[in-house]
Amino acid sequence: MSGTNTGPAYTGSYLQDYGSRRGLMAWLTTTDHKRIGIMYMVVMFSFFAIAVLLGLLLRLELMNPGLQFVTARVYNSVFTLHGVIMIFLFIVPGIPAVMGNFIPPLHLGADDVSFPKLNLASWYIYMVGALMALTSLFVGGGVPDTGWTFYAPYALRSNTNVSLAVLAAFVLGFSSILTGMNFITTIHRLRAPGMSFFRMPLFCWGLYATAWIQVIATPVVGITLLLVVMERSLGIGFFDPARGGDPILYQHLFWIYSHPVVYVMILPAMGVVSEILPTFSGRTIFGYRAIALSSMAIALVGYVVWAHHMFTTGISDTARWIFSLLTFLVAIPTGIKVFNWMATLYKGSIRIEVPLLYALGFVFLFSIGGLTGLVNGALATDIHVHDTAFIVGHFHYTMFGGAGIGFFAALHYWWPKVWGRSYNKKRALWAWGLIMVGFNTLYFPMLVLGIMGMPRRYADYLPQFHTPHLISTIGSWIIFTGMALMFFNLIRAIRHGEKAPDNPWGGTTLEWQTTSPPPQLNFATPPVVTTGPYDHTALRAAAAAAREARP
Amino acid sequence: MSAVSKPVAAPAAHHEHRDDEGSKTGMWLFLFTEVLLFGGLFIIYAVYRHRFGAEFHEAAHELNKVMGVTNTFVLLTSSLTMVLSVGALHRNQVAASLRWLWATFGLACCFLVIKFFEWSAKHHHGIWPGGEHLHSLPSGEGLFFNLYFMMTGLHGIHVVIGMAVMAVVAARISSGRITADRFGALEYTGLYWHLVDLVWIFLLPLFYLTN
Repeated sequence: MSGTNTGPAYTGSYLQDYGSRRGLMAWLTTTDHKRIGIMYMVVMFSFFAIAVLLGLLLRLELMNPGLQFVTARVYNSVFTLHGVIMIFLFIVPGIPAVMGNFIPPLHLGADDVSFPKLNLASWYIYMVGALMALTSLFVGGGVPDTGWTFYAPYALRSNTNVSLAVLAAFVLGFSSILTGMNFITTIHRLRAPGMSFFRMPLFCWGLYATAWIQVIATPVVGITLLLVVMERSLGIGFFDPARGGDPILYQHLFWIYSHPVVYVMILPAMGVVSEILPTFSGRTIFGYRAIALSSMAIALVGYVVWAHHMFTTGISDTARWIFSLLTFLVAIPTGIKVFNWMATLYKGSIRIEVPLLYALGFVFLFSIGGLTGLVNGALATDIHVHDTAFIVGHFHYTMFGGAGIGFFAALHYWWPKVWGRSYNKKRALWAWGLIMVGFNTLYFPMLVLGIMGMPRRYADYLPQFHTPHLISTIGSWIIFTGMALMFFNLIRAIRHGEKAPDNPWGGTTLEWQTTSPPPQLNFATPPVVTTGPYDHTALRAAAAAAREARP
Repeated sequence: MSAVSKPVAAPAAHHEHRDDEGSKTGMWLFLFTEVLLFGGLFIIYAVYRHRFGAEFHEAAHELNKVMGVTNTFVLLTSSLTMVLSVGALHRNQVAASLRWLWATFGLACCFLVIKFFEWSAKHHHGIWPGGEHLHSLPSGEGLFFNLYFMMTGLHGIHVVIGMAVMAVVAARISSGRITADRFGALEYTGLYWHLVDLVWIFLLPLFYLTN
């Protein structure tokens, strides 16, 4: 197909309504991948805000020894809720459902995903799961207090509303599976003419690996969570030692999903960084194939490391060293990525912009997260730090410092494309600074506390842990201020920002070739791909021509 | 670029893009997730079978082999009628296709009826998740029966879903929305039905034939 399409679906903005429905109804019945992405974003950040406030409450309680604000029982519920919302409602679906909906069809040069209706259905299933999770707070025995992992046997005994929360996680998982199927099919079937797999932008590669994990791992935890519900309602005894069941088996089945799923959280963020670095270095990415394939390698190896969550639960020594070895193997493809990113910057013509700063923040924080991960992956040190604040610090460095900051990077990179408006760069810079300083003030003391012996999930502590806890709590206020400023800045830009050009950053991937915001069917001229994704030759030539033309 | 503006078509019309290969890819991925869903239960079965081998053998005596094997034949036959239905539609024999599809539906019904009698017989003996008698059995036997109910139960739910889908597909064939050159929905229903069949082929030896 060639030539230019006309008509409102190709020339207007996807933010305008077409067809018979207007306003909210037009949004709720849309099959446009961009609108569905926005719908996910609105819901997800609402939940994120709630979970952030819960996190602040946890920090406030831990500021001083003793119990000041909540009882120990309420504290259990608060950290369970913080974890469940952050994991199941925010980070797991986060980048894949928001940016993964909005960007990949643009990246591939397609007008939508393969199954647009299924895409909308996934959003509704997500909403059902979210509402179930909310309901579980207000009915029955009260807020679940088991931690987000729902470990047996406590999850079988707790009088709180575990069944509904677990069922909610199952429904959310189902939504995630459908999204994954949709993306795999889209990437296989809807690439523009000329776009081979190795000409795909790396964000698509990251999502492709992610989608495979979603499809492969989620059903296992789905059935496991259903069994927890059956166990609580019928007493089937699979995980109940009193009936011959084995609670450790629950942990295995849980982590068979829940470890791979941390790569669902991180791989898309790595994809975002791989997009941002070449754009702001003005050159192609270093080691394209290595980065693309290392995403697949992480997905593959990440699938067989689950038992490293269970080094202290009494599994056999052989199992322990095998899983420790496999865990160390994950560091290799991760290292490949980090070194390639650094090599991309080397001798590039770097322009310091907010998205680049977030991407570099990602590399810095995620490296700390990754290296502390090796401390947990090594058997001897894991015994010492297991179930301490060190673990809490470690996974916040990877999940928040990695996936979260990667998400913020994506927001700042694609915001002008999504809304057709630019945000205030100075304010964005301030927010970035506050977030980076606050982040380290908040989480670094946790690493120290863990090594000192502070257990995780405790509402109270001994006086010698006071100072790091105090610093950490102050950090939580700094990062909160930073995030509030960031969201204020972004939301304000939607209405009051300056009009953004089609290609504000000098990006080379296909989404920058269409208008900002894109038309409903994405491309007025169907793109044909003739080069790799980060070929700056044409842009450089255009810039040189512009210089020549200047008198 | 063309200067002549073409008549503006409604955006929805542009979405009428058809990709049979893509739909099939999606369906296979979905079946793959189904296999993994049952896979979790098969892992649990393997672990407890290993741990309580003798008690599993003992408990398997309780199951009615005749009913189990009859049901296997019923399901296998239903897979055959499903294939015949898809084949008939390929050849544009709409009436025959519908006939075979309803036959599949009937056999699925038959499977559930037999299952119902099996389950109610167990229930009668107090063997039921949460039942008195089941609770008093040695833990290995208890796990065996609970696994039996969970796995055949999940399988039964899949049979019911399959029947619902078949009814919808039959209605759409009747109304002419699924046709000889647009038969994807029927074909994917067939794929799903074969998976349901396949799972049962594993369940039969694991539960009925272990003694």
